[in-house]
Amino acid sequence: MADEEDIILSELEDEELTLQMHDDLYDGLKEEIEEAVNILLARGWTPYDVLTKALVAGMTIVGIDFRDGILFVPEVLLAANAMKGGMGILKPLLAETGAAPVGKMVIGTVKGDIHDIGKNLVAMMMEGAGFEVTDLGINNSVEKYLDALENEKADILGMSALLTTTMPYMKVVIDTLTEKNIRNDFIVLVGGAPLNEEFSKAIGADAYCRDAAVAVETAKEFMARKHNQAAPQ
Amino acid sequence: MTDRLTQLLATRDWLLADGATGTTLFNMGLQSGDSPELWNDQHPDRIAALYQGAVDAGSDIFLTNTFGGNASRLKLHDAEKRVGELNRIAAEIGRNVADKSGRDLVVAGSMGPTGEIMEPMGTLTFASAVEMFHEQAEGLKEGGVDVLWAETISAPDEYRAAAEGARLANMPWCGTMSFDTSGRTMMGVTSADMAKLIEKLDYKPIGYGANCGVGSSDLLRTVLGFSAQGPEQVIIAKGNAGIPKYVDGHIHYDGTPELMGEYAVMARDCGARIIGGCCGTTPKHLESMRAALENTPIGPRPTLEQISTTLGGFSSTSDGTDGNAPKARERSGRRRRT
Ligand code: B1M
Repeated sequence: MADEEDIILSELEDEELTLQMHDDLYDGLKEEIEEAVNILLARGWTPYDVLTKALVAGMTIVGIDFRDGILFVPEVLLAANAMKGGMGILKPLLAETGAAPVGKMVIGTVKGDIHDIGKNLVAMMMEGAGFEVTDLGINNSVEKYLDALENEKADILGMSALLTTTMPYMKVVIDTLTEKNIRNDFIVLVGGAPLNEEFSKAIGADAYCRDAAVAVETAKEFMARKHNQAAPQ
Repeated sequence: MTDRLTQLLATRDWLLADGATGTTLFNMGLQSGDSPELWNDQHPDRIAALYQGAVDAGSDIFLTNTFGGNASRLKLHDAEKRVGELNRIAAEIGRNVADKSGRDLVVAGSMGPTGEIMEPMGTLTFASAVEMFHEQAEGLKEGGVDVLWAETISAPDEYRAAAEGARLANMPWCGTMSFDTSGRTMMGVTSADMAKLIEKLDYKPIGYGANCGVGSSDLLRTVLGFSAQGPEQVIIAKGNAGIPKYVDGHIHYDGTPELMGEYAVMARDCGARIIGGCCGTTPKHLESMRAALENTPIGPRPTLEQISTTLGGFSSTSDGTDGNAPKARERSGRRRRT
């Protein structure tokens, strides 16, 4: 408990405030993040800028230090929870500002796999970027993916796997799509730490996404292509 | 009465434990995402073959096919009501294999993590974790295991909960953690932290150590960390046979039997007395480990350099015990909650 001079968030200039938010995410301070999000919004920041410049930028730092063995899972979970607090404020606003959703995505972790920290981040970022996201959670069978794709009339299927023992299940899902002749109705994006480009190609996915930011960029790119193809020549 | 593991340890310098469960079952046709524990009931013959493979390769200790046999993990397969039954059957098959062998073998009841994050970071309470381990322990005990064997644990509280579950079942136990994240467990526990955790436990394990993780070099660095603490308990080393690679639709581990033989000898030199494999370790690897342990005299404790030269580099420069771990970044420092 360091009680050196307390910070008054509302007294910080924009730039200093965003840097303070990066620190507060790093320390997993949810209430402070929520307060700061509200301050930036009151100062006229767009929800999208708050999301990308404050929250996503802060989470990127957390991600790097996790990779480098400086932070461990407890800290990452706290940071993700603080980010979620901020997202709770931004989400309704992002939905208002963006007109029609950029696209619809169904995302979930595959059968037998319970890792969801990364998948949740991807879902949050996709929503932030204007996609409508249906999150199926963990441990999803082919049937669950297929039902959701149909019910939601989704454009994109996102699958996450963190285990070498569960990642082959992605192929089971894609093969089923192919068997049912609906593979080309969807953009299939896959991600998770043990995957790579080569694996994604081998199982017939459209793309491998290294992280949440890449997932958003890739999804946008494929949606743009889809619209171009649909447009009359 | 002393338990069988303690008895065996009294007569032998080192014991060979078993290898991979998952890898072997996948090779027998288990599908990705399916529960290995359901096979205890559906394919008892294959589970017996799994155990027999380790026994024939020279293992003194083998683990039951119950790694995911707690209520929380079985729930993923709608089998959370079958904890007692599936654990009991797995243990009975093991007991049978051991008793038929004519050798003095230890059947160890595997208990993997619940897969949930404990409070306050997650939702699992200490009490319900204890309840889950205890429930599983009773099933394993009923089926006739000699010792309980918690493995791949990453959170200190979950390790304590496993100890408590074993105590409630009145069973001797061993427990290993997985040091898979920059030389620590994913929750940030170092080898030295684990040694301290054990010291403070009321119901102590017979042995403790490391299993799974990233590679055999990392695992031995962790074992050196334990022996530096001079523990009273026996040290356990159960490392993977290399690193998993996806080749033609299935997972392949790149560690050769020869390399695992060198790993086994080095593990013993590092201070481990119970030595085995984990993911990717087949009976071929075990045979090579047994032969190497029998044919090589005990040597001096290897240095980190010798380990990395023989077995390959470490996944991180520091494991958090040498004072050289990278530091958290500077924050404005004006507030911190501890
Ligand atoms: C479009 O779709 C997309 C697009 C992009 C996508 C995407 C989907 N999904 C991910 N991305 C990408 O974007 C994200 C954001 O940038 C990124 O997501 P990531 O998930 O990669 O990154 C996250 C932000 C942070 N990373 C993580 O959250 C994973 C971290 C580590 C430490 C990890 C954790 C936290 C956990 N684990 Co587990 N765990 C490990 C991990 C080791 C490590 N150091 O990485 C790993 C993955 N675990 C492992 C293991 C073995 C296990 N775990 C298990 C359990 C757990 C916990 C429950 C304790 C916990 C998960 C909690 C949770 N709610 O998710 C068990 C599995 C249970 C099961 N059946 O699933 C268990 C089997 C251990 C056990 N003893 O039982 C290892 C897998 C080894 C392998 N290659 O198969 C592991 C690599 C650790 C290791 N080195 O051994 C990208 O990959």
